[in-house]
Amino acid sequence: MTDMETSLLRYIVLVPLIGFGLGAFAANRDRPGLARMTGPGALILTFVLALIAVSRLWGLAPDGALVDNIYTWIEAGPLDIDLSFRVDRLTSVMILIITGVGSLIHIYSLGYMDDDPDVARYFAYLNLFVASMLILVLGDSLPVMFIGWEGVGLCSYLLIGFWYKEMPNADAGQKAMIANRVGDAAFLIGMFLIFWSLNEVGTATLNLQGINEQAGTLADKLPWVPTAACLLLLVGATGKSAQVPLYVWLPDAMAGPTPVSALIHAATMVTAGVYMIARLSFLYVEAPAAMDVVATIGGITCLFAATMAIVQEDLKKVLAYSTVSQIGYMIIGVGVGAFSAGIFHLMMHAFFKALLFLCAGAVMHALHGELRMSHMGGLKEKMPITARTFFIAALAIAGVPGFAAFFSKDMVLEAAFVNGNVFVWFLGVTAAGFTAFYVFRAYFLTFTGESRLDPEKAAHVHEMPSVMTVPLMILAVLSIIGGYIGLPFHLLWGDAIGEYLAPSLAHVEHHGHPSTGTLLMLMTTATAVALLGIWWAHTLYVRSPETLDKVYAKTTRIYEVLYNKYWIDELYDFMIIDPYKRASRFFWKTVDAVVIDGVVNGVGAVVVWNSSVLRRLQTGNVQSYALGMLIGAVAIIGGYWLFMGVG
Amino acid sequence: MDLPILSLITFSPLVLGLVLLFLPSEPVTIPQRAAFVFSLIPFALSLLMLNAFDPAVGELQMIETVSWMPSLGIYYSLGVDGFSLWLIVLTTLLTPVVILGSWTDIRHRVKEFLFFMLVLEWGMLGALVAVDLFLFFMFWELMLFPMAFVLGIWGGPRRYYAMVKFVLYTMAGSALMMVAMLYLVLAHAKSGVMTFDIVTLYDTVLTHREETLLFWAFALAFFIKVPMFPFHTWLPDAHTEAPTGGSVDLAGILLKMGGYAFLRFAIPLFPLAAQEAFPIVIGLSVVGIVYGAMVAYPQPDMKRLVAYSSVSHMGFVMLGLYAFDVTGMTGGILQMVNHGLTTGGLFLLIGFIYDRTHTRQIAEYGGIWAVVPTFSVLFLIVTMGSIGLPGTNSFVGEFMILIGMFRVHPWAAVIATTGVILGAAYMLTMYKHVVFGPLKNPALETLTDLSPREVLSVLPIVVLIFWIGVYPKPFLNRIEPTVEVLLGRLERAGATRYLAEVAEPKDTPRVAAR
Repeated sequence: MTDMETSLLRYIVLVPLIGFGLGAFAANRDRPGLARMTGPGALILTFVLALIAVSRLWGLAPDGALVDNIYTWIEAGPLDIDLSFRVDRLTSVMILIITGVGSLIHIYSLGYMDDDPDVARYFAYLNLFVASMLILVLGDSLPVMFIGWEGVGLCSYLLIGFWYKEMPNADAGQKAMIANRVGDAAFLIGMFLIFWSLNEVGTATLNLQGINEQAGTLADKLPWVPTAACLLLLVGATGKSAQVPLYVWLPDAMAGPTPVSALIHAATMVTAGVYMIARLSFLYVEAPAAMDVVATIGGITCLFAATMAIVQEDLKKVLAYSTVSQIGYMIIGVGVGAFSAGIFHLMMHAFFKALLFLCAGAVMHALHGELRMSHMGGLKEKMPITARTFFIAALAIAGVPGFAAFFSKDMVLEAAFVNGNVFVWFLGVTAAGFTAFYVFRAYFLTFTGESRLDPEKAAHVHEMPSVMTVPLMILAVLSIIGGYIGLPFHLLWGDAIGEYLAPSLAHVEHHGHPSTGTLLMLMTTATAVALLGIWWAHTLYVRSPETLDKVYAKTTRIYEVLYNKYWIDELYDFMIIDPYKRASRFFWKTVDAVVIDGVVNGVGAVVVWNSSVLRRLQTGNVQSYALGMLIGAVAIIGGYWLFMGVG
Repeated sequence: MDLPILSLITFSPLVLGLVLLFLPSEPVTIPQRAAFVFSLIPFALSLLMLNAFDPAVGELQMIETVSWMPSLGIYYSLGVDGFSLWLIVLTTLLTPVVILGSWTDIRHRVKEFLFFMLVLEWGMLGALVAVDLFLFFMFWELMLFPMAFVLGIWGGPRRYYAMVKFVLYTMAGSALMMVAMLYLVLAHAKSGVMTFDIVTLYDTVLTHREETLLFWAFALAFFIKVPMFPFHTWLPDAHTEAPTGGSVDLAGILLKMGGYAFLRFAIPLFPLAAQEAFPIVIGLSVVGIVYGAMVAYPQPDMKRLVAYSSVSHMGFVMLGLYAFDVTGMTGGILQMVNHGLTTGGLFLLIGFIYDRTHTRQIAEYGGIWAVVPTFSVLFLIVTMGSIGLPGTNSFVGEFMILIGMFRVHPWAAVIATTGVILGAAYMLTMYKHVVFGPLKNPALETLTDLSPREVLSVLPIVVLIFWIGVYPKPFLNRIEPTVEVLLGRLERAGATRYLAEVAEPKDTPRVAAR
């Protein structure tokens, strides 16, 4: 392995961090103009630095890496954590997505947040987020990764609650942070377990390379540890990546500005769990049972979220559930051992989902915050670029042949089938139908048909300025051509992305290679299901709306369940949050105030049983009381002294 | 090195406090400015001490010994090691911070207040540097009085109740400790030497029964001071009634005396009994972490909420100190400093806003970010420090405590880790209700943001929150050798049941570099 020491990596983190500092300064001095320059400027500079880093990486051997050891962070006893960054091929993909898509979203934000008085604070948070996200992927050990892991959580909290004057926004931010913390606690325990288990069987370390290298030894000597550790880390991933059962924060997170949803809650942060599992792929392959759980969680989430997406009224909520569902595919990918397929889908998703969100943002911007699709319709005429790019993204996410997810989702599902997780494959394929349905439902309701806008709003609808549409067009192009980096059947360059990532990831041997016929059958099934979904959406929302009424009449019950999101939020309130609140009050009002303090005061009263002393206390003459205490203390001390002296 | 630096640090606050009494009381800015300048002197001296401190030495250093009552074996002897070093610096740092932060909070008898703050500093420093048991006990008791006066004179409406509770509770513990202390000295005197010197007393031969009883006598006094669940109920009352400065000192330093005294006295004096108490101490710590966090959650009063959070956080500290593991104990000691900083910072900031509105009820706030952005950002930073966000100080401490504990008792560490979630729940809820949401209380519209003086007083805390979070090495380096000395002592005493073998670092170059 050829590692190259370079101090370049720290600057990749430092530049957005400085951007954050300048943004904070601008916010403090109320100079939005400054932040409008430094915010996107810092990101573009970071993107350039990331490109330089990646080009240097390409000069190394395939398994080489760029390393930047900065200093020893925490050191005591066997614990020795370096603050060090590392870029290998897996990381290179991540930093390009983060800084590349991040730059586009920063530029788009210039238009989107144009009239917001707090634009400086916005860019400060956004830069801080990018710095944290980069620490997350660059970190060479679990604790350093955890700095970023929780750092992005903080930024997400701040950005969801960016418009803090509305209490629901602040509530949503807090919900996100606490749901994430549940995952983070499990993540921490996973770290502890790995550390001490490695201490027993080899070298105690939390370095990612060290863990991956010793994963085999660990599995030989303590077979339960990789499984337990992988499951604990998975809980962390379900928090950060919004999977069942901790996904509930993500739909609420849509309270934040829409570019934030695009960057944090679609393209980057929420994929951190997928990245983490891929990063520790050598540990995960030693825990096949945990892998099956990962795949199952992914499969369940993927279908479960997709069913909720089909009935959402709010355009952003459709996309939110869609994100939960799409990350489910990535989790399936890494769960069935197709780590590169998971990352491939992560990358494609970053393009088309960011695009969908930015289009939704453009619509919102044009309609002055309107998000209800029942109040949209026919926007295609007035917002042609937005409509067309949304359409492309819809084709991409639906998996229409030739577009992004056709390649990436198919690779994931195929791997699930071949790996023997046929049920997971079934969940994924079913969800693909729902995916195509909900995204085209959103497209038809928003952009086609009769306008259902409020008349005064309709008059002002206009296409966005080019600072917003150019990022849309770039992402649209990427959503079309991106998928071709991973072609099936060894066509042309074949699975280029898989081969590129291979040195960073564990390789899983399958029981036997499936025939081309099987693969073609799988691909045809997935595509047919997707096309069915589009056709169904077209039928219900364009061709014959009366069918919609009939369907609705027959499925009202199901619709209710879906529309109320299976009452999962209510269930959590009922089962966890309310009992916690009640227990807290009980501990406070009864245990603390009555029981414990009762004993304390009772004992006190007995000790100072002379009521005249008590009355004297209440006269307020503190000095005399304190003097009394002093005398008393001296008396006690003297008494014991005498007693002991005699004894 | 010839300078008796520890004596200078310890007694300068007393001397300067006495000087302060001779200054005019009016206008109040005279004693205020004088006290602030005075309080910088012990701080500067403690930096000199820090500079002279040899990080490679784990034993007590800079020892000063003067014969006092030689027939009784009582010496005026001071020393510093990794247990006390940072707490001394924290004490000398927080005093100017408190004086600056109480500028407008204290409106009557200002000079006396400042005098008591300096006397309090004297007592706390004395307890930290004393290595003679008698001298320690003197200072330990001495701390009580200035704090009681601060509570009783400048406290809130229920100040007498809080004061009496505080004093009686602490005194009860002290009396117990006093008896145990004398018994110990007399037991040691059987070997022919009467001494109060702590290091000598470490080698006292005791029967198992004696050791257990003496340990518990000491431990109870320290439990109360920490405070450990269920001996904590004096703390919320004391905090709620105390003026800002009193709360900061109470949370910042006074509580640390309990933890510190475990390390200096209870554990090394009675190593076997201390180890046997492991299940109880760990149990109470874990219960304290969860219980404190849960009771903090519904508190309507900001100070009370932070007071209960202290119960939770001190549970973490005790968990670390009782891990009997290098990493865990080092983390526990660092966490004492961390808790002093973050909780001190919270009390300061709450004090600033209370100063303007005269209410600490969370429900009367809301949406103040727009009117007081500087306050809100600093409050956010200290809140994040308190919930242990990575990059802030508490993360380093909690991480080390939990990973250390995990080796010894995984389940205790697992339960304690839920404190990470519960801590976020109550702190973020408070932050949300105070700072976010609509500005519904019209009285808040005219709030003024923090003055430069107020910002300056919180600034050292904010800097240290990030410093320790990002680069804790200079702190840990100076703590760890002393922890290793203590663990070595426990091992020699045969108290190895919960003691993980002191792991030797695997790569030798690192040791050489140290």
